[in-house]
Amino acid sequence: MPIVHEPVARCVDGWGRPAPDTLALEVEDLHFAYPDGHVALRGVSLQVHCGEKVALVGPNGAGKSTLLLHLNGLLNGGQGSVRVMGMPVTTPNLPFIRARVGLVFQNPDDQLFSPTVYEDVAFGPLHMGLPEEEVRRRVVQALTQVGMAHYADRLSYHLSMGEKKRVAIATVLSMHPDILVLDEPSAGLDPRARRGLINLLRTLPITMLASTHDMLMVRELFPRMVIMDEGRIVADGPTAELLEQTELLEAHGLERL
Amino acid sequence: MMLHNALDRYHDRPSSIHDLDPRVKVVVTLLGIFSVLLLPDGAWGAYFLVWCAVLAVALVARLGVGLVLRRSLVALPFALVAITLVFTLPGRTLFTLQLGAWEISASDAGLVRFSSVLVRSWLSVQMAILLVATTRIPDLLHALRHLHVPALLVTILAFMVRYLAVLLDEVTRLLRARQARSAASAQGKAGGSLLWRARVAGNMTGQLFLRSLERSDRIYNAMVARGFRGQYVTINPHRMRRRDWMALGLAFAALTMIQWLGRTLS
Amino acid sequence: MNIALLTRLWEEVVVPRMHIPDGFLSMPVALIFWVITVALLLLAIRKTQQQLGERQIPLMGVMAAFIFAAQMINFPIAGGTSGHLLGGVLAAVMLGPWAGMLVMACVIIVQGLLFQDGGLLVMGANIFNMGLVTAALGSLYHGLAARQSKGVRLVVAGVLAWLSVVAGALFTALQLGFSGTSPFAIVVPAMLGVHMLIGIGEGLITMAALAFVMQVRPDLVAAEAVRTGGGRGWVIVGLVIALFVAVLSPIASADPDGLERVAIDMGFEEVAMTPPYELFPDYVIPFLGETPLSTILAGVIGALVVALVAFAVGRLLRQRAAAA
Repeated sequence: MPIVHEPVARCVDGWGRPAPDTLALEVEDLHFAYPDGHVALRGVSLQVHCGEKVALVGPNGAGKSTLLLHLNGLLNGGQGSVRVMGMPVTTPNLPFIRARVGLVFQNPDDQLFSPTVYEDVAFGPLHMGLPEEEVRRRVVQALTQVGMAHYADRLSYHLSMGEKKRVAIATVLSMHPDILVLDEPSAGLDPRARRGLINLLRTLPITMLASTHDMLMVRELFPRMVIMDEGRIVADGPTAELLEQTELLEAHGLERL
Repeated sequence: MMLHNALDRYHDRPSSIHDLDPRVKVVVTLLGIFSVLLLPDGAWGAYFLVWCAVLAVALVARLGVGLVLRRSLVALPFALVAITLVFTLPGRTLFTLQLGAWEISASDAGLVRFSSVLVRSWLSVQMAILLVATTRIPDLLHALRHLHVPALLVTILAFMVRYLAVLLDEVTRLLRARQARSAASAQGKAGGSLLWRARVAGNMTGQLFLRSLERSDRIYNAMVARGFRGQYVTINPHRMRRRDWMALGLAFAALTMIQWLGRTLS
Repeated sequence: MNIALLTRLWEEVVVPRMHIPDGFLSMPVALIFWVITVALLLLAIRKTQQQLGERQIPLMGVMAAFIFAAQMINFPIAGGTSGHLLGGVLAAVMLGPWAGMLVMACVIIVQGLLFQDGGLLVMGANIFNMGLVTAALGSLYHGLAARQSKGVRLVVAGVLAWLSVVAGALFTALQLGFSGTSPFAIVVPAMLGVHMLIGIGEGLITMAALAFVMQVRPDLVAAEAVRTGGGRGWVIVGLVIALFVAVLSPIASADPDGLERVAIDMGFEEVAMTPPYELFPDYVIPFLGETPLSTILAGVIGALVVALVAFAVGRLLRQRAAAA
């Protein structure tokens, strides 16, 4: 295996100034119930520092996806608060927040909605109102970052699952986000595509929060692990330590490695 | 996966036809069909010229004659609608058929009209096939936008063709699951009552509908997450070059000439 | 020649799709229908942009793909004929009339443009027949039945779905007739006869799909307001059935004086006395014999009158319900 160099994440505050000590994410006592009455979050608090790579694990229905959707302001209205790079997630701030938090959805078919790969990667920057030249530059850059530069003119539905995942990541990298939020990044991938994805995520110089069931990937890629169950955070600490606590893992439906 | 091949009407070849601006191809195709349909009945010479032009384009586009011919047969069953012309138009009687109590006779005028309808239809289909075989769907959509088809309609079309493959995969899975569970017992007749069968099909349709609805919600979320605020923007990179204008002019001249020949010869 | 065989051939080869290829309509007919279709679509775009939010853009795109895919779901009816969906009524019921029209138009555009299923120059006519007419009939559902009990809503949707296929076929036949591609006396009864059968599949699938959605996601197709008395609801069903019979009878009967018949059929007693299945065995007869165009036109006029009356009554009921 080649030695992978670990790049340093870009840390700036909400106004673009360097701020190495800024909290990338700050979630405080977040509650949320869906309109049908189902309570998904019951007081979640979480802090992620700049440059950290954090895994969010827990059984299905624990509230992981609900939490991720709050980071981008797609869900809101419950009690509690969310701050991204020091900026509160509120309606007037949403256009800025959405450029800073790159949300990669679980099913790349939902994320890649444009006819071609190029148009999909260009969607974010275009809707940020960037000039066309800059958009083109960013598309090439993002596709190169995920190793898909030659796929720009391809149709999305022609891609394999692994390729779709990579392009889905490129669609948010082109917005130059500060935080990459991934929902089940390795789900549905065959071993080779999964390996490629892990290598890719390792090289991206960016703060990362990923929900996943893939404990092997967690051990390999994420130094910090957060366990959620029934809408609460039940454990938060170094991955290596938490993976030793067999009882804790089993109590929350997680596999011991 | 097999469905994807069926969906792909585009054949990727390096050719000067593929390289033309999609606008030119759309306009020339429409003009071509318009022109063919304007040709009078029985203008066989002109029909032949049009066919030669179609074949020439197919060859230049490196599609091969076979592909276009094979696909062009799709619309022919509709000919049944027009076959009555042979027996209803007044003219010199060619032959007479005995159908039970009736006697119906074919006329020469009817036969000419029927064959002309058929040939013109067949030529039009081939032109449409050439268009989609040499133009990628995204480029086709861009061309429509450039030709002032309303943005909302083009955007819906873009989403539609993007998710067509996904939903056709889903429907194939549903049909396969139904097939896998449709067993016939040795005695009983298979398939249940008409209402039951309709209900199964309706349930599948309802299921597909709900899944599609949920999918569109997720897509909307993915769009909003990337800054969508109600106005859909795309990069639309086509620019008319000199050869595009030349191709347009050439096609226009050829169509005018064929039209003129068709009218003077017949 | 074996008529049953011919009908069968017709059903399996020509009819399952009414998509007219280029060349089968005369230039004036094709262009006139392009003009009508473009005008209606522009109106639909304007209405949609006024009424619906931004969420509708992906929704309509996916729904168009859904209708296209749902058209592949079929079920055997009898004797090799299979029922399948055209989808106009379902689209209008689920999305409303204007969005339903746009969605159906996109389905037909893609079928013609990408799959050569229907021509380009005749696309205006194809969109009109299979998209706009069907969605317009489907939108009657909102005026007629949206506030009624579940059973009423399903029956109304089913009958409208049947009617939409027959109406689409009627327009197709009339266009072919006016183009001189096929004589009215043959093409109109043939298209209608076969589509009355095909339409049953449309009606059944539409009902079943709607029933499924009502059961699983009642919030999507909730009755729009307080439910009115069941008796009133069934009056509406009666009206819709009258509409059904009005179209059916002049064509299915060999009776030449169609207008009179339609007039009688519009009464409820006649509906009660005439079970629809008795009308079916006769429907092939016009295929052989002479059917004057006047009969058909009478049927159309009759159907339109009934539709207007039904719509007016529906509106009246709705206003009364709103006042109450």
